[in-house]
Amino acid sequence: MLPKILIIIPAYNEEHIIADVILDLHKENPDWNLLVINDGSTDKTKEFAESTGLARVINLPFQVGIGSCVQTGFIYAKKNNFDYAIQFDGDGQHKVCEIENLLKPVECGEADVVLGSRFYIKNKKYKSTIPRSIGIKTFKIINSILIKQKITDNTSGFRAYNKKAVNFLSTNYPTDYPEPEAVILLGRNGFKIKEIYVDMNQRSGGKSSIRGFYSIYYMIKVFLSILLTFIRPRFHNKKQNEESV
Amino acid sequence: MNNAIVQNRIQYIAIIFSIVLLIFIFELIRRKKIREQYSLLWLFFSIIFVVLSIWREGLDAFAKLVGIDYAPSALFLLLVLAIFLILIQFSIIISRLSEENKKLSQESGLLKLEIDEIKKKFSSQSGSTNTK
Repeated sequence: MLPKILIIIPAYNEEHIIADVILDLHKENPDWNLLVINDGSTDKTKEFAESTGLARVINLPFQVGIGSCVQTGFIYAKKNNFDYAIQFDGDGQHKVCEIENLLKPVECGEADVVLGSRFYIKNKKYKSTIPRSIGIKTFKIINSILIKQKITDNTSGFRAYNKKAVNFLSTNYPTDYPEPEAVILLGRNGFKIKEIYVDMNQRSGGKSSIRGFYSIYYMIKVFLSILLTFIRPRFHNKKQNEESV
Repeated sequence: MNNAIVQNRIQYIAIIFSIVLLIFIFELIRRKKIREQYSLLWLFFSIIFVVLSIWREGLDAFAKLVGIDYAPSALFLLLVLAIFLILIQFSIIISRLSEENKKLSQESGLLKLEIDEIKKKFSSQSGSTNTK
């Protein structure tokens, strides 16, 4: 029997591209189950996503933030007993042809979580501003120390999970700016993490949500969360084990 | 004489302030604008203010205990403490509410999808049995 694979697509105000993303994914593999989670968009994301008829669409009543949005997908995957879940941005940044590569290590049991990294190999393609690259490097160092594993791209939202990781994250997933924190959370709770290189598109729509004054808030918030996640791993672990028993 | 008036004046202000606060809080609870469970800290501190602003010896003793020369400032210390505790309680409540809010919105999104799918299934079934 084919494994059940869910593609979780968080989307906030992506009306111009969401339908293309869905069509691309369907073209790549019609067996994938596509789940768009519309995070209270104020544009026609809902209508465009539903009009394709190829994806299930969950419409959240208001914007809950990317973390809680993606977590809704994990809850859905858990409820419907999916074998693997892929987190795939609704803004067209990720490439569908990379999904198979991302899936391979979880499918063969090599890892519980696979992170798609833009920086896994030396790469001049992604030019970013100085503060941003400092941020990315800092995460790399901190996370490497905390989970004793080098993670080059902590902010990437292109990830593959097996059932065990999905079940865990459906009850424990950070809220705003969740990606770096989730890496620590998973690492500290004994999940095997693997990083592979993926090619990504330049953003074709929408700007990064992290800009200007917000980036300071972002760094402080994420550092605090990372620190606290580091302090309280066993609690989550215990809770999770009790629930799964 | 002047000194006595000034000292008394701050006491009168404190008495009036704390009694008005107590009545105000009580009134809000009575009208169900504040739930009882969230009013306990307010009530507790307003009663303490009333007592200490009327009972001058008690305030003096408390001020001496914590090393404050001018006894009425001890009231401000208590006031700051009260505000801190109540605000921390607010942060806890807000965090809990936003967590619950998140869960509710996720649940509502998932349920809406489920209902839509059931509706679709139902309408396609009924469509095949009776041709409307």
